[in-house]
Amino acid sequence: MLLAPSDLTALGVTLKLAVTSTFFLLLLSMPLAWWLAQSQSRFKVLVEALVALPLVLPPTVMGFYLLVLLGPKGALGGLLESLGIGHLAFTFTGLVLGSMLFSLPFVVQPLQNAFAAAGGRVLEAAASLRASPLDRFFTVVLPLSRRGLLTACVLSFAHTLGEFGMLLMIGGNIPGRTQVASIAIYDHVEAMDYAAAHQLSLVLVAASFILLMLVFALNRRFQGVNLA
Amino acid sequence: MLDLDFQLQRGEFRLQARLQLPTRGVTALFGRSGSGKTTLLRCLAGLERIEDGYLKFNSQVWQQGRYFVPLHQRPLGYVFQEASLFPHLSVRKNLLYGYQRTAKSERKLHPEEVTRLLGLEALLDHWPAQLSGGQRQRVALGRSLLTSPRLLLMDEPLASLDTTSKAEILPFLERLKEELEIPIIYVSHALEEVTRLADHLVVLDQGRVLAQGPLQELLTHPELPFTQTQEASSVLEAQVREADAGEGMTALEVEGQTLLISRCGLNEGQKTRVRLLARDVVLALKPPEAISLLNCLETRIVDIQSDPNPSQLLVRLQMGQQTLLARVSRRSVQRLPLGPGMKTFALIKGVAVD
Repeated sequence: MLLAPSDLTALGVTLKLAVTSTFFLLLLSMPLAWWLAQSQSRFKVLVEALVALPLVLPPTVMGFYLLVLLGPKGALGGLLESLGIGHLAFTFTGLVLGSMLFSLPFVVQPLQNAFAAAGGRVLEAAASLRASPLDRFFTVVLPLSRRGLLTACVLSFAHTLGEFGMLLMIGGNIPGRTQVASIAIYDHVEAMDYAAAHQLSLVLVAASFILLMLVFALNRRFQGVNLA
Repeated sequence: MLDLDFQLQRGEFRLQARLQLPTRGVTALFGRSGSGKTTLLRCLAGLERIEDGYLKFNSQVWQQGRYFVPLHQRPLGYVFQEASLFPHLSVRKNLLYGYQRTAKSERKLHPEEVTRLLGLEALLDHWPAQLSGGQRQRVALGRSLLTSPRLLLMDEPLASLDTTSKAEILPFLERLKEELEIPIIYVSHALEEVTRLADHLVVLDQGRVLAQGPLQELLTHPELPFTQTQEASSVLEAQVREADAGEGMTALEVEGQTLLISRCGLNEGQKTRVRLLARDVVLALKPPEAISLLNCLETRIVDIQSDPNPSQLLVRLQMGQQTLLARVSRRSVQRLPLGPGMKTFALIKGVAVD
């Protein structure tokens, strides 16, 4: 099975998008999830609702607002334009921002649950053993949350692989820059080229399957260590 | 000296404490559940913030007004009721966690020493989940000791253990007290633990300090709850005079007098404590003859107090620097008669050795 060069490029863009947005999303979500797990602030409910919003909104709605926001006339896009950086509509950066927003609840929620479970007595013990708050986070909370961390990574990654409507809205469909695999498949179907659509789809099915297998295998090992 | 004066409100519960605790030996915070003893301990550690007042340790301010030293910067160790070991680290790494975070110049206790003291040699490569409750609590204790704390706080470390594990840990705590000069503040609601370990006692009730003072004094104090139960008892400090006094006995010396007990592995010269239940002490005005009881101590009556049982009275006896209690019938007190200042002989029916 040989993929056309344009399909390979689309797969490459998809992979790059999934990796980049998962990475930045984790960086953003860890402090946020930690705050949500620890905080008793009355703004917590508000933040939780905002984080969960992408779960219920249609992707096209989010994509539309992002396009407006990031475009040359949008609040953020306009500002960036005036700074000489350029607006973000139909760019790879725009895609990354979009898929980060889209996957936010899928990363924050497992992390928040894991952090909440890892807190408590064990953390107090670590503090009594002279560990500073940051030290406690890296040596106790993170290791005890690795299953939640793995779940968050996989959900974000897989979610980005499969996203269509929102990416089409913000990214347009520019081959080599913003055309991802799911959009390429749609193009093939539109052009009645079912063979090419099959090939690319099969690659996605196989990749997703292998990824999930790896995750479950890893998860089993983590569980083994915890119970050992 | 641990010097504190503060209050704290948690919902309906209000804790008010004003104490000056000695920073040597074992101080027990004693009280029923809900009396505020754990909350008080958590305040000392900085796990709870006091609202109003101050907390000083040897003239070092830990909290005063808005000034607050967080737990990881206080030179103390904390042992929780549940061991709370790090489940993702081996026993060895659990032990070293605090040691590695303690400045080299402040390390007074080292892994080999602590491992030996607590008998952990064989467990170093185990995971916490593989240990029994008692073993886990020993690791938790070792982990705290390895930060070379200048104060050790223990929150009912034996409460979640079964009787066997308790019996396994108590001797370690006693060794700790004897061999290391770390002051310990020990929260407990179990009187046996307190009488075995504590030198100083703070009695808490409904968030208030009911009394504080040396253990012996408080145990025999007529107005405190200890004397108001069937288990009213006194504790004597003793030293082993003769480990093998023949016929399976060990001879102890208490205030120059001899107390014989069954042999229980004590060594010559060793210090120990014996606990005498008030109902196991019989009083006589003359030393009795031809009697099977072995122990007869010469004492003087301090005072005679009422007892929860109306037919009984509680007699406080002085023996050198130490105090013991005897529960005798009202009828005997009137018939003998017994009164303050009189010389009496205390016949001991049973001795519990700790």
